[in-house]
Amino acid sequence: MAKLSVADLKALKEKVSKDISLREGKARVLVTVHMGTCGIASGARAVMDALMEEMDATDRVDIRVMAAGCLGMCSSEPNVTVEIDGEAPVAYQLMNANKMRQVFKRHVLLGEVQSDFAMATM
Amino acid sequence: MKEISLHILDVVENGITAGADLITLWVDEAVDRNLLSVAISDNGRGLSAEQQAKVSDPFFTSRTTRRVGMGLSLLKAAAERCGGGFSFASEEGKGSRVTCSFLYRHIDRAPLGDMAMTLEVLMAGYPEVDFFYCHLYNGREFEFDTRKIRQELEGVPLNEPAVLRHLKAGIEEELERLKER
Repeated sequence: MAKLSVADLKALKEKVSKDISLREGKARVLVTVHMGTCGIASGARAVMDALMEEMDATDRVDIRVMAAGCLGMCSSEPNVTVEIDGEAPVAYQLMNANKMRQVFKRHVLLGEVQSDFAMATM
Repeated sequence: MKEISLHILDVVENGITAGADLITLWVDEAVDRNLLSVAISDNGRGLSAEQQAKVSDPFFTSRTTRRVGMGLSLLKAAAERCGGGFSFASEEGKGSRVTCSFLYRHIDRAPLGDMAMTLEVLMAGYPEVDFFYCHLYNGREFEFDTRKIRQELEGVPLNEPAVLRHLKAGIEEELERLKER
């Protein structure tokens, strides 16, 4: 059946409703993909796509994803910032879908900063 | 930009930055008439006449609002080098509308690209904004309206990862069907 049909959307709603209530608490991790013109031109869309795929695959409910504008470091785009509660935010540079998956699996989920891809901590 | 759908993503973000809560996207692939047209409108703050005059000047940008800058000038250049046109209309307090066209088979025309991913990323980044997307292919039509989707989802946010994957796959499916028929 067509995925955008009313019946399919209803079934989807039933399936995800229980995850929603779990997500209501405060987020502990915030992942920001910088999507200004410079970010988009250098591949931020694929980075965000990979990030949402990882979000779908994890059971963690304390992670939020945001889109934001340019960081002011256009030559190092795509940039992604990871902020974990109580820790200094880390800005990653020259990201792509695979680096995003690695940062998600290692830094977002396990707290290990991926310094090879990091631009700076703020 | 490597794809026209990336220009679209970029221009839509202008509207969202201008405070829009509804974005209307219209893509018309008239292959039979050798024409690709795109229109993007928002209900944001709009631009003053003075700002509008400078909209396609790449060196005009307002660092405090970031509503204009490289984005529109890149799109204008892309359209014009493909035998198409670009226009911008805006009314303060009501919103803005960008329209552009390309010769469909112009050798320099970038592919339309992944519209489903553009919409997915927009819904992921701006879950509070509604999108109405209409895609025509040789006169056949596909419509995607987040206001209607929200009704069916009864309060489940659009940026819920499983929802996003589902909607992206749904848009891909419908676009494919549009071109097959």
